[in-house]
Amino acid sequence: MATTADTFQAHDDAHHHDHDHDHKPSFFARWFMSTNHKDIGTLYLIFAIFAGVIGGGISGIMRAELAEPGIQILGWWANFLNGHDVSFDETLHLWNVLITAHGLIMVFFMVMPAVIGGFGNWFVPLMIGAPDMAFPRMNNISFWLTVAGFCSLLISSFMPGGTGQGAGTGWTVYAPLATSGSPGAAVDFAIFSLHLAGAASIMGAINFITTIFNMRAPGMTLHKMPLFVWSVLVTAFLLLLALPVLAAAITMLLTDRNFGTTFYDPAGGGDPVLYQHLFWFFGHPEVYIMILPAFGIISQIVSTFSKKPVFGYLGMAYAMVAIGVVGFIVWAHHMYTTGLDVNTKMYFTAATMVIAVPTGVKIFSWIATMWGGSVEFKSPMVWALGFIFLFTVGGVTGVVLSNGGVDDNLHDTYYVVAHFHYVLSLGAVTGLFAGFYYWFPKMSGRMHSELLAHIHFWIFFVGVNMVFFPQHFLGLQGMPRRYPDYADAFAHWNAVSSLGYQITAVSIGVWFINIIYAFTMGKKAEGNYWGEGATTLEWTLSSPPPFHQFETLPVIEDAGHH
Amino acid sequence: MTAALNGQTLHRKNRRVAMMVLSVAAAMLALGYASVPLYRMFCEATGFGGTTQRVSEAQAATVRSVGKTISIRFDGNVDNTMPWKFRPEHTTDTVSIGARDMAVFIARNESAEPVTGTATFNVEPEQAGKYFNKIQCFCFTEQTLRPGQEVRMPVIYYVDPAILQDENARDIEQITLSYTLHRVKSEGS
Repeated sequence: MATTADTFQAHDDAHHHDHDHDHKPSFFARWFMSTNHKDIGTLYLIFAIFAGVIGGGISGIMRAELAEPGIQILGWWANFLNGHDVSFDETLHLWNVLITAHGLIMVFFMVMPAVIGGFGNWFVPLMIGAPDMAFPRMNNISFWLTVAGFCSLLISSFMPGGTGQGAGTGWTVYAPLATSGSPGAAVDFAIFSLHLAGAASIMGAINFITTIFNMRAPGMTLHKMPLFVWSVLVTAFLLLLALPVLAAAITMLLTDRNFGTTFYDPAGGGDPVLYQHLFWFFGHPEVYIMILPAFGIISQIVSTFSKKPVFGYLGMAYAMVAIGVVGFIVWAHHMYTTGLDVNTKMYFTAATMVIAVPTGVKIFSWIATMWGGSVEFKSPMVWALGFIFLFTVGGVTGVVLSNGGVDDNLHDTYYVVAHFHYVLSLGAVTGLFAGFYYWFPKMSGRMHSELLAHIHFWIFFVGVNMVFFPQHFLGLQGMPRRYPDYADAFAHWNAVSSLGYQITAVSIGVWFINIIYAFTMGKKAEGNYWGEGATTLEWTLSSPPPFHQFETLPVIEDAGHH
Repeated sequence: MTAALNGQTLHRKNRRVAMMVLSVAAAMLALGYASVPLYRMFCEATGFGGTTQRVSEAQAATVRSVGKTISIRFDGNVDNTMPWKFRPEHTTDTVSIGARDMAVFIARNESAEPVTGTATFNVEPEQAGKYFNKIQCFCFTEQTLRPGQEVRMPVIYYVDPAILQDENARDIEQITLSYTLHRVKSEGS
């Protein structure tokens, strides 16, 4: 079998430059006109943290409102955000604005920028031995378009959106709520924000595909690439195939809203259900776009801290390809209640369940990698184990929901909310933190505190499980999602869930303290601070790597054993 | 192999890959738009979403009635911007499967101006769509009513006996034919 990351023996002696020899541009040119993949990666990570704090703050408002039955704090926030006292309907509209903003921010401006823009930009070129991305200036455009998209979304919250201020359509922006149901500029700004973020991601995808196909170091064949690079490659293809369909769908929304077309308006022969088909044709691959790079990160970490190559390397790579391919033919499992007939439901149920097979290959291969390995529980490994556990819980509830018949009952309940937060909020975000602790010293040159990283993990783990596990019970008992209020019978588990949010918020505080600690008191990081298990090319460089790396390309030898 | 030459070759290779990848993205964008007519064709061909079928007199003449009867329920709605009253003359009808039947809907323009309307329609349960054949229907064309004008609008249809061979549809005892009238947009109001 092809050798994996563990056997790279790069000829790296030439790369240990002294930093003083780097020719870094001035501050403004370096950070605002950046064409350096590491600097752009850093910008993406800072941006994602900023957006994540806003998106997380919004969920704080929502959990505070849901802490007990009745409407508590929403009125205060509605008055505050409008700048004057508003009606009860406008107050309730704010709820829709909050769920919309939370969803869009977390998907498009937190997880995607962090995992693809941040870690992808930083480590794809390093891991394949490339000096930079294929199109450094396009890389810069991608980043600033993402920022512009985020601004457009924030502006939309202060625009009239029909019932009240802001776009209250949900992240799915379904017609007709988003067309005739929401007059005013807010939804236009939200749609524009998706256009910008989508264009940025498509350009990013073109950049990654070109970089990975053309700029691998001599000897780095596709079947020797580290699994994180594989994950970004598959993700880039998913972006490329899914996002243009979203662009078409929301452009049609925009023309339906503003220029009198009737793509989704039955009065002119259109069909609102068509929008749902187009949206979920994008939307389902989108959830794999968010999780696949996290899979890649976890593979690197589990291999590093088990001091073994990943078990079943080729199976792991092609499992991701399989997940990506099958992800395009399961979209209607989001639409079981739109009146699909039994045969269609049976197909989408079966196709959806098939995804559990490659996903299972990944979970069991991670476990098999640890099996018999010399496992070391450093902070990234603890986060990776948390990921494997939490993602598996979310995966299992996903198999439950994939049943068309079961979904008739659970559709739009908190069971669904619990499911997708287990795979995304607890899965993808835990993967992000795992990657953060794995690579932060490499990126910054300073060691974080392992103690604080472990404390962060345990508080976070308890907190997020407290938030989302009770939501399974609420959903099974029939609590619908998307409402600011609920029947008294649901009070208990909602109170637990809101308490869990506060615990999670404390863990994020610990994380920030850890970052401050690293920059003020952290030890200087060596080139390979994780030791013998860390074998990919980024560990052959200093921490942080020189401004321009691999001026002489490393050569990957085929070690030929195993 | 000098570095400069190498750099130029790489640049050309990168451009080529980027162009191929970009054309894939453009093709997906086009597919997004192409899905609009494709979806309509798919619904018409398969009866997906309760889309009814349209048949000619000649095709209808070949169908004979079988003994079994089925109940048809009629439902008339108007869009909230449509100033018409619209209702079926009878709410239900019992017909033999395969036999043609005429149902009448009554529409009245309640506004003070002429209004052109167009109908959208489907049947429930949705799997009956591909067996519900219309020979004539007011919904095939747009209708214009003068202020206060009332018209009786016919639909001539039959239920295809093939429904009895479809294991998903043969147990259906009642089909609801539903219409919603919309104001035609090009009217400019």
